[in-house]
Amino acid sequence: MKISQKSQILEGSNAIAEVIKNIRPAVVSAYPITPQTHIVEDLAKMKADGQADFEYIRAESEFAAASIVAGASATGVRVYTATSSQGLLLMAEVIFNIAGMRLPVVLTCANRGVSAPITIWNDHQDAMTVRDAGWIMFFAENHQEAVEQHILAYKLAESLKLPVMVNIDGFVLTHSYESVIIPTAKEIKRFLPDYKPTKDEYLDIKNPISLGTFAAPPYYMEIREQLYRDLMNAENKINEEYQKLAKAIPGVIKPKEKMTKINDGLIEYYGPSNPKTVLIAMGSMVGTIKDVIDEANSNWLAKKMGLPTVALAKVGVLKIKCFRPFPADAILKIIKNARYVGVLEKAVSLGATEGPLAIEIKTAAHNQTKAKIQSFIVGLGGRDVTKDMIKKIIIEVKKKDDKIKFIGKV
Amino acid sequence: MKITAKPSSTIINKTGGWRTYVPKTDLNKCIGCGTCVRICPESVITMSPNQEGKPKPKTDLNYCKGCGLCAKECPVKAIDMELETK
Amino acid sequence: MSNHKTMKQIRIHGRGGQGVVTAAELIAIAAFYEGHTSQAFPSFGVERTGAPIEAFARIDDKPIRTREHIYRPDFLIIQDATLLLAVDVAKGCNPKTIAIINTAKPKAEIKINLPMENIHAIDATKIALEEIGKNIVNTVILGAFAKTSGLISLKSLEKAIKQKFSEKGEEIISKNIKAITRAYNLTK
Repeated sequence: MKISQKSQILEGSNAIAEVIKNIRPAVVSAYPITPQTHIVEDLAKMKADGQADFEYIRAESEFAAASIVAGASATGVRVYTATSSQGLLLMAEVIFNIAGMRLPVVLTCANRGVSAPITIWNDHQDAMTVRDAGWIMFFAENHQEAVEQHILAYKLAESLKLPVMVNIDGFVLTHSYESVIIPTAKEIKRFLPDYKPTKDEYLDIKNPISLGTFAAPPYYMEIREQLYRDLMNAENKINEEYQKLAKAIPGVIKPKEKMTKINDGLIEYYGPSNPKTVLIAMGSMVGTIKDVIDEANSNWLAKKMGLPTVALAKVGVLKIKCFRPFPADAILKIIKNARYVGVLEKAVSLGATEGPLAIEIKTAAHNQTKAKIQSFIVGLGGRDVTKDMIKKIIIEVKKKDDKIKFIGKV
Repeated sequence: MKITAKPSSTIINKTGGWRTYVPKTDLNKCIGCGTCVRICPESVITMSPNQEGKPKPKTDLNYCKGCGLCAKECPVKAIDMELETK
Repeated sequence: MSNHKTMKQIRIHGRGGQGVVTAAELIAIAAFYEGHTSQAFPSFGVERTGAPIEAFARIDDKPIRTREHIYRPDFLIIQDATLLLAVDVAKGCNPKTIAIINTAKPKAEIKINLPMENIHAIDATKIALEEIGKNIVNTVILGAFAKTSGLISLKSLEKAIKQKFSEKGEEIISKNIKAITRAYNLTK
C-alpha cells in the first residue's frame, strides 16, 4: 500500500477545499460569507480550472444554497456546502429539513459569532444555535483534524443517513497557514467508496418516491424518535470508522502526542492519568490549552510563573471532537474522579445558567461525580483566548463560587 | 453599555498616515477653480480666500490618503505628488 | 540554517493593503521549506485598506499548537513607520527583540522603545517603488528579515514567493524576487 505522506503548507480553507476536491462530491453549492469564503472560492476555482468535475451551483442566498444541496442530495449524489454565522442561521429551516429527510449532506461551518453587534470573527454561537437540528457535529482543533473529520463525515453521513457538520474556527483555522497532509482521491476512495444511495430512498424518475412528506400526529413522533435514537447510536459507528480511517489512510490522522491518553472519533484526553482538574473545550483553543497544560504539569515552570508548584499541577484537557451525538459516557470516564472541571466555551445560551457545553457536561455528570463543574465563557466575537486566561481559569475553578464566568481579560 | 454611534464619530481616526505620496500645491500656479475640492474623495480640501481675496485650496493632511486625484484633475497642474519620508 | 531550540515568534505591523498577512504567510511557508514547523495567521482586524493590522508567524522544530496572538515577539517587522506614532508596536518586546523597520529616516530618528543595536532600518518603500512599481513593501522587508534573523534563507523565501504568487504570473514573481534579493544584500 503506497501512501503519499507528503505534508504541505496550506491555508486552512485551502486544505479543506483540497480534501473536498479529492472526496469528489457531485454537487457543490454555497453563498459567500466571511470567514468561509476562501473554501468555496477555492472549490469554484478548481472547477473552473478543470481540476474537479462537480457541478458548482451559485446560489442567491444561504437559504438557497442549503436547499440546492438538499435537493441534489435527495437525487442520490454526494454534495457539499459551507457557511458561517448568519449564513447558517439563514439556512436553519433547511438544516432541520436535511436531517429530517435523512439526507447525507456534509457542511463546513467556519464558525463565527452572530450579530448584533456585527462581528465577522470567531466563536461557536452559530453552530450552537442549530445543535438540536439532528446533525452529527464535529469540531476540529487544527487543519489536519479538519481534513480527517471531513473524510469521516462523508463515510458516516452516507452509511448512517445523517447529515454532518464539520466546525472549524473562523480565521483561527480558515485563515491560518500550517502544515497538513491531504490524502489523494485514490487514498480516500480506499476508505470512502463511491456513494450508492439505497434503492427506494432517493428521487429517481424511473422509481418515483416522495421525501419530506406530511406526517400527521400518529406518525410524526415516532419518526422524530427514530432520528433521535439513530443519532445517539452513531457514537459507536463514529469510533469504528475513525479506527478504520486511521488504518486505511495512515498519516491522515495526526500521530498521538505523548501526553494524549485517549484519542478517538469523539474525544481526546491530554494530560495526567488521574487529573485533579480537567478543562473541557472544543476547537482550536484546545491547542493553546495543551501548551498551558504542559507548563502547568512542569514544576519548575510553575515556579518561574511565580505560582505555588502545586497550584497548576495535575491538570488535563478533554477535547470534545464530536458535540452531536454528545459522548456523555466517554466524558464521564475522564471527569469522574476529578475534583474540578472547567468548561471553556465560545458560545452563550442567553438566559441559561450555564454555557451550552457546560449544560451538557453537568447533565452527564449529574449524580455521577463529586467534581465541581463550572462554566467559563471565552473568546466571543474573536477575542483572543490567551494562555494567561487559561491559567486564570485553572485557578478560578478551584474557588468556591461556581457561577458562570466570562473571561475576556486577565 | 453604549451600543449606538453618532454621525461623523470616525473623525477620531486620522487617516493621513496611510499615504505614500503627499500633495504639494503651488498656490502661485493655482487659479482657484475648486476642482480639487470637488474631486477629493475624502472631502479634505477646502477653499478660503488669501490676502488678496482670491480663493485658494487647503488640504487637511490629517486625513488626506494621498490618492492623487486632485493632482490628476488640476487643470493647471498646480499639484505635485511627492514621496513622503516616513 | 539556524538550529534554534526554542520557538521564534514574529509579529508584523502594517496597514490593510500592504500585504501584512501575506508577509506572515511567506515567513511560515519559507520556514516550512527550511524543514521547520511553522504557523502564520492574521490578527483578524478590520478588513479595510489603511487600517493598522497585525499578523503573526511562529517557527519551531516541534509541532506548534498554541493559537494565541503574539504578545512577546522575538522579531518585529514594521511595514509602515507612521504606525510608530499610532500603535504601541514595541508592546511585549524584550531587550533581545529585533525590529526591522521600513523607513527612509536614519536609525537615530526612529522613535521606538528598543535598544538601538536591535533596530534595523530599511527603505523598503524606495525598493518597492523601484523594483515592483508599487508601495507594497511586504516582500521587500522579508529580504531584510531573512538576513537579519537567519531563520529563513533567501532561497526558501524565493520558493515561498513562487508558491504564494503562483497565480500572479512570472513578471510579478521575478520583480518580487529581485526586490527581496536587493533588500537581502543591503542588509548587514
